[in-house]
Amino acid sequence: MSEYAIEMKNITKTFPGVVANDKVTLQVRKQEIHALLGENGAGKSTLMSILFGSYIADSGEILLDGEPVEIKNPNVATSLGIGMVHQHFKLVQNFTVTENIVLGMEPVKGRVLDLKSASKRVAELSKQYGLQVDPDALIEDISVGQQQRVEILKTLYRNANIIIFDEPTAVLTPQEIDELMEILKALRAEGKTIVLITHKLREIKEVSDRCTVLRRGTYIGTVNVSDVSEQELAEMMVGRAVKFEIEKPEKLPGEVMLSLQHLEVKDENGAVKIKDLNLDIHDGEIVGVAGVDGNGQSELLGAITGLLPLSGGSIILDGEHIEQLSIRERIEKGLGYIPEDRRKYGVVGEFSIAENSAIKSYYKSPFRKKFGILDFEAMKKEAEHLIDQFDIRSAEGPVTKAGSLSGGNQQKVIVAREISLSPKVLVVAQPTRGLDVGAIEYIRKRIIDERMKGRAILLVSLELDEIMNLCDRIATISKGSIVAVNKQHEVTEREIGMMMAGSHKEAQA
Amino acid sequence: MKLSRERLIQSDGAVSVLVVFLGFLVGTILIALVGKNPLNMYKAILQALSGYNIDNGKMNIRYIAETINYSVPFILCGLSMGFANRVGLFNIGGEGQYIMGMTIAQMVALLGPQVQGLHWVLAILCAIIIGSLWGGLVGVLKAKYEVSEVVSTIMLNYIALYLSRIITLQMPGATTYKTANFPETALITNDFFTKITNYSLLNNGIFMMIIAVIVFWFIMEKTSLGFGMRATGFNKEAARASGIPVVKSIALSMAIAGAFAGLAGGIVALGSFKYGRVLSGMDNYGFDGIAVALVGNSTALGTALAGLLFGMLKNAQALMQSKQIPKEITFIIQGMIVIFIALRSALILYQQYLDKKKLQKEVGVK
Amino acid sequence: MILGMLPSVLMIVAPILITAIGGMICEKSGVVNIALEGLMAIGACTTAAAHVLMEMAGVPHTLSLFLALFMGLVVGGLFSIIHAVAAINFNADQTISGTGINLLSTGVTIFASQILFNADRTKEFMMGMQTDALGIYPTAYIAVAVVILSWFLLYKLPFGMHLRACGEHPGAAESVGINVKKMRYFAVLSSGVLAGLAGGCVVLTQTIQYTSNTINGRGFIALAAVSFGRWNPLGVTGAAFLFGTAQAFAIIANNVPALKVLPSEVFNILPYVVTLVALVLFSGKNYAPSAAGQPYEKGAS
Repeated sequence: MSEYAIEMKNITKTFPGVVANDKVTLQVRKQEIHALLGENGAGKSTLMSILFGSYIADSGEILLDGEPVEIKNPNVATSLGIGMVHQHFKLVQNFTVTENIVLGMEPVKGRVLDLKSASKRVAELSKQYGLQVDPDALIEDISVGQQQRVEILKTLYRNANIIIFDEPTAVLTPQEIDELMEILKALRAEGKTIVLITHKLREIKEVSDRCTVLRRGTYIGTVNVSDVSEQELAEMMVGRAVKFEIEKPEKLPGEVMLSLQHLEVKDENGAVKIKDLNLDIHDGEIVGVAGVDGNGQSELLGAITGLLPLSGGSIILDGEHIEQLSIRERIEKGLGYIPEDRRKYGVVGEFSIAENSAIKSYYKSPFRKKFGILDFEAMKKEAEHLIDQFDIRSAEGPVTKAGSLSGGNQQKVIVAREISLSPKVLVVAQPTRGLDVGAIEYIRKRIIDERMKGRAILLVSLELDEIMNLCDRIATISKGSIVAVNKQHEVTEREIGMMMAGSHKEAQA
Repeated sequence: MKLSRERLIQSDGAVSVLVVFLGFLVGTILIALVGKNPLNMYKAILQALSGYNIDNGKMNIRYIAETINYSVPFILCGLSMGFANRVGLFNIGGEGQYIMGMTIAQMVALLGPQVQGLHWVLAILCAIIIGSLWGGLVGVLKAKYEVSEVVSTIMLNYIALYLSRIITLQMPGATTYKTANFPETALITNDFFTKITNYSLLNNGIFMMIIAVIVFWFIMEKTSLGFGMRATGFNKEAARASGIPVVKSIALSMAIAGAFAGLAGGIVALGSFKYGRVLSGMDNYGFDGIAVALVGNSTALGTALAGLLFGMLKNAQALMQSKQIPKEITFIIQGMIVIFIALRSALILYQQYLDKKKLQKEVGVK
Repeated sequence: MILGMLPSVLMIVAPILITAIGGMICEKSGVVNIALEGLMAIGACTTAAAHVLMEMAGVPHTLSLFLALFMGLVVGGLFSIIHAVAAINFNADQTISGTGINLLSTGVTIFASQILFNADRTKEFMMGMQTDALGIYPTAYIAVAVVILSWFLLYKLPFGMHLRACGEHPGAAESVGINVKKMRYFAVLSSGVLAGLAGGCVVLTQTIQYTSNTINGRGFIALAAVSFGRWNPLGVTGAAFLFGTAQAFAIIANNVPALKVLPSEVFNILPYVVTLVALVLFSGKNYAPSAAGQPYEKGAS
């Protein structure tokens, strides 16, 4: 009998252009909650996908309970008692809870599907582990928290002894997170071994026994969680002393530059996503919108930028109503936007840096000449300027395709473009998601520079740290409404967390 | 060496040459397999291309002119597919747009005012307009109702076919397969061409085609309209977020695409047939235009070159038949070319595989 | 009169329905197959050629019919492998590869006729399929069997559940150990086999030989029936019936005085117009399998 439930030794895995894991080692004891910590792109998910058989390592070995195993595909992993709760749920939307849970291991009567007994089995399991779900509901009709339970039940149905959780709290409300933490502890008590992939230090401190840290695909170390502070964990993760605070000079806010009044947004099915939302942003201040994912943030961004139709209310930019205007007209009125998903909304990958820099202004002088002819040389010149000014690293200068740039440099192209258009209001969504620490600091500094220039900035982020660090005022959004607006120094993270969960009354008092 | 291989894989032009080569290779092998002499196929192609008959040493410029004449609708239908393709749409509807253009051109030719210099212009203009309406409808359905353009264009192709029959059967002098002849004023024949090319059917359509190629290139590569369309084609969401009116781009691009195909229909009607045809099936220029655009990578010049290739193949068909080579081999070659284009995604996978191997070597995986 | 039309309606509906069911299975697994038209043509040509050759060789009629249909089915399946390789192994654009097969089919079928019969069509056979006592061709019963089998397969067997999962969320299927590629291969081959079979049914019931005009859009009508029938066996059956009836009217219209006021083309147009209108009306909710038409790369989330 080995001391370890899982041992992964010297695992290396490459993808085209990236070494995701470089001789990584992981040892997980039986019946512990073992955290796997690292920044975005550190190789955590890859390592776990190898353990689960979704990927095959280029080299290295895996031992379960001291025995060497070869995990060629998820089937093998399942038969070895390994289950995985994926970050992006692997659930078929128009199948029922039961169908999803038994998929691939369906009970049959003769050769025909026996969904009735499957549903019974699911009900039993959910009772045994206290994971309440309706076995006959369709996935598309249940909440995200319930969908996660379905994922957990999927592993339990397959008799998993080792359960991997990939960033399980990213999509949950604070209450759901609390419940999940209890579920994790309960599973450990039932004898399960748990690997928790995360980059959230607080969760590690709360439930984990030990923690392994990865950085840029390499193994940094394993520690007993009770022996280290959050600060120490953060330094292991990032590789140097981390400044949690950023320098932010005082600045007095000026006039109201963007005013959102009684906004209402409905989705295509008519469900209200934003309800009576009010918020003012002054020039020279950064207002953060804090909230749990799915509480109306993307609808708010869509409504302001014009990407989504507004069903009620007004948006006033520098004294002018813009809610009826097209996206382009809003841009011309001085609305800048740094989108959340930069590859999807921010840049056109097949366009050059020059074309991407001009994509919001190509139809105007100096780029557009007579008869609608474009001056591509002028675009290149302008792009050269921005490349210099914003330190954009590219292989071929202005003609480099944006798609070939690193995430950080793509983000710089977007930031450069938006800032060069001198917007009155800059709407910024998740500006540092998926970037390395250097790029994160650079982007944050640029945002603060814009504030010093007197721009009004609206920052929407799921990272509470980011909001606490950057913003002058913090608006907490819950269920599509702003539940409170607080000055940054007058509120704690804990209070905001409470308000995000919807219990704002106590916190406001 | 390694670099040049990467370059080749990434170069659209080189890949096009490769797929055409592979298409011909399959055709050649097939001919040989059924016990015919592939050389005869190439003799026919040479004659279609240069007018030179290698067997008797005679030269007839008419063949060159016919090759060009055949290529006109191929190129225009290729532009139709290509233009939409650059905006991210797959226009299978070139055939329907072509049929509508042809039908209206026939109608105007038979019923329009017989004024020299005006009659054919009117017929061609009407063909362009109906083509752009037929294409624009697809664009509107796509942009407003999110109806897949692949499905809607297939439907509209057949609607066009039967609508064309209904309309043309009402025309003066209509029998079950043709109408009365067009008046002189409706024709786009070019007496000079007819004389110097030994009575080929080459007509003024070639000038319209050349203008169309230039218009395609100019709009797409040079203008602000084209910039917005290309951005929409590459990344619709980013284009929209950047303020580009994508709904307008999509609808307009389909309308322009339809105009090209409609023009092709008008030219074929007035230039090659001179009477109205009651269609019993598709002419397939629209479908072949898909292949033309794919081979030409949806650029103006590439499409023109690919269209010439297809025109040459079509012209070579009769010559092949006379040399005991089944003319359908040209369709097989065209089909194989398109299939090889579909398979070019394999090249990307191959390149990724090479990159990965290289990286593995660098980090020292056994 | 309507009842009297039933046998001819069934004759026309059967091949469209068989093809549509194949197309539906294919899309349910996540692969769109617009090559149905071409695959039908290939099946039709194979069946016609095989049947007439066997007739000439003196093979008994029923056996010849059976073998000819079987060969059409096999060759249809073989050609669909092209689409499977392109779409499943090489992540190719499925519209392009389908278009390629459609273009190829025009060439291949007539080329083969040229080689075998020295003409741009197959030689006429003497006798096709015969109707039963009710005046109904066996193809109608084949179609009914195909519908029932497909429903049973897709909704009653674990295999079908796996297949549907591949078309909705291949990542989820993969994560529970379902081999997405294998399922999709099965589905694409099914569509090829069924389209090939259907092509043979057309030839043996509606004509006496294969020409380039034999299929004439039936594959595209089947494709329309898949989306109009909202990707389920019952709906697709209904759609195929509607479209087939319209086609039957187009053929019969000339013989029925009451219908003569309208050009027969009006009935030809009907399936296409109905589908187009339906697509606009139902544009709000998407019934298509969520992953249909998208290449699946292993491990991508």
